[in-house]
Amino acid sequence: MALSRRTLLGLAAGVPLSAALAACGSSGPGRDGGATYWYLSGQPQEGARAGAVDTFNKAHPQGRIKDTTFQNDAYKTKIKTAIGAGQAPTIIWGWGGGTLRTYVEAGQVEDLTSWFGEHSEVRKGLFPSSFGAATVDGRIYAMPCEVVQPIILYYNRRVFDQVGVKPPQSWGDVMALVPRFNAKGIAPFSLGGQSRWTSMMWLEFLFDRIGGPEVFQAIMEGEKNAWSHPDAIAALTKLQELVKADGFVKGFSSITADSNADQALLYRGKAAMMLHGAWSYGIQQADGGDFVPSGGLGYMNFPPVDGGKGDPGNTVGNPAQYLSISSKAGAEEKRTAKEFFASGVLQEDETKRWIDNGSVPIRLGTEKLLATSKNADFLQFTYDLASEAEVFGQSWDQALRPAAAETLLSNIAKLFQLSVSPQQFASALNAATAK
Amino acid sequence: MTSLTRHRPHRGSRAFLPWLAMPALVVFVGFAVIPLVGVFALSFTTWDGIGAIHPTGFTSWRTVLTDPGLPHALGVTFLVMTVSWAFQTPLSILLGTLLAGRQRYRAVLGVVYFVPLMLSSAAIAIAYKALLDPNFGLGAGLRIPVLSQDWLGRPGLAFGVVVFIVSWQFVPFHSLIYQGGVQQIPKSLYEAAQMDGAGRIRQFFSITLPQLRYTIITSSTLMVVGSLTFFDLIFVLTEGGPGDATRVLALDMYKRGFQASLMGPASAIAVILVLVGLALALLLRRLGGRDAGASQLEGA
Repeated sequence: MALSRRTLLGLAAGVPLSAALAACGSSGPGRDGGATYWYLSGQPQEGARAGAVDTFNKAHPQGRIKDTTFQNDAYKTKIKTAIGAGQAPTIIWGWGGGTLRTYVEAGQVEDLTSWFGEHSEVRKGLFPSSFGAATVDGRIYAMPCEVVQPIILYYNRRVFDQVGVKPPQSWGDVMALVPRFNAKGIAPFSLGGQSRWTSMMWLEFLFDRIGGPEVFQAIMEGEKNAWSHPDAIAALTKLQELVKADGFVKGFSSITADSNADQALLYRGKAAMMLHGAWSYGIQQADGGDFVPSGGLGYMNFPPVDGGKGDPGNTVGNPAQYLSISSKAGAEEKRTAKEFFASGVLQEDETKRWIDNGSVPIRLGTEKLLATSKNADFLQFTYDLASEAEVFGQSWDQALRPAAAETLLSNIAKLFQLSVSPQQFASALNAATAK
Repeated sequence: MTSLTRHRPHRGSRAFLPWLAMPALVVFVGFAVIPLVGVFALSFTTWDGIGAIHPTGFTSWRTVLTDPGLPHALGVTFLVMTVSWAFQTPLSILLGTLLAGRQRYRAVLGVVYFVPLMLSSAAIAIAYKALLDPNFGLGAGLRIPVLSQDWLGRPGLAFGVVVFIVSWQFVPFHSLIYQGGVQQIPKSLYEAAQMDGAGRIRQFFSITLPQLRYTIITSSTLMVVGSLTFFDLIFVLTEGGPGDATRVLALDMYKRGFQASLMGPASAIAVILVLVGLALALLLRRLGGRDAGASQLEGA
């Protein structure tokens, strides 16, 4: 064996190296002790999520969590593909509702009902309303987490003062304000229309204010021709009236919400109002310079529509975010994930971070923290809006199944383009959501 | 002639030759043939990408073939294909001919000109999207009202923008092909034409263009088949919008498969894409005559 000496030497040199590499790969405890966790990137929210994981890992050196971040739209596709391919992370971050239902029906996520039974203190510490979108056919499949995000009507106080008008108290006021702002060269409403779910929020409110929550409830239950309900048609018609009156910023179909250009239009005074999620406050605070600190940003609930049946206190949006556990994960990983649910999610540190970002965590008993925050007014407003709403409707694209949601979104874009009539919109959607 | 140049290869090396094709074959089978068979099989099933796969016969095909979205997407795809072909081909031939000359600075110009080719489609789309933003884009920044149109928000304009950017991105590549083609044309043809008193324009139409015939077919095949798979640029730029004005077939497939979780219909569209692509490639080969591989040089 001519090469034996060399081979032996090589082996001798190689052993410590490979041992070191192996140690690097698993970083401490055995691989199956740690759980994986994917969530959304983008500050300031990302900081709160990463902070919670760091704190948990420091306290649990034996079962750590390895986190990976993704952009919003990319994540929605990635997570579905990963779950389908059996490559899901242990902890699956999501929005609950229709997508969670598809995971449940495919047997991809753990049933957490009994775990919540054993850990009733965890359950009792969270907003009761947050469990609706985590529940499929009476069983709980996700842990509500993070913050409550109602959709809010934001307005630029400076622009309102400049034009000499007051925030709208009714749909009639909205339509009356449109020409006033347009006359001054200010867009009445900012809208990132290319993202489509932004436009969808308008329909969510108009449906609720005009016909009450029953109209969308019928859609969710798969009732035939539910979109052709007279109140639904009235809402779609009102929306198109607003588009025709130039209610939305010029070129709204080219604007994406991911670029935050719609937010910039509001804080730069190029638009007077904007319908957007509660997270928008944090973005405007971060990007808008002195806009938020100087009190330039006004906020209110969507105004009632004259003659409408819906309670003007109702709201829509994300009741919470949701963490599920992959049923394909190993026992150790699942245990780590559950440990994270019990002692890692919405702990004091994370709660404070969310409040600093201008969001209301879904943990009960944070009134004091909210009141002493620099964003106390806005937080109190959000807290009251979320907790006093008779109905907190879940965002339609999350509540519906993915196939129906996609049909909904592409038709909403056409509705805002005025390329389909309310009746055409309704019949396209009837076909997609009826059972 | 032939007897002089041909030397007999060793038996051993001849037997070895097929093995050289192995790596390419393995990659082709692994990444093209097997997935293709898989997609074909999936098109006869119902699958949401997450749960179990249920064979459902022709359900997906029926859904896809009766959906008015399919003729629309096919129409948009073919329109993008023809308009961008008609826009790119003359431009590429002219630029290729220009760059093939040996005058000064052309090499430098050529390099500058190839820059778009080196950028990723996603980066191009993001950059154009920022430039075309009606409120914060180029038009608004420079206060040129003509430039601050709702570029991506109106169906016709958005379509035009897509064609323009696609051309901007790929004209350099096709110019390169034509440059090579023009440089292959024997000088003697031009010299003879010059002696007969043909001017530059006459030379271009009577010598350059006919001699480029096969190059045009190659470049057109790449353009046409390539435009079937336009996805990244359009996805980032418009997501198929506004409405479905720029929803080409490849995008339709992605949206159905990965956003609406309807893998069956998405696979059916993928099969349609493959068939359309094959048919077009064969058609273009036919147009080029029986032996497109034959010599195109002197005396051809």
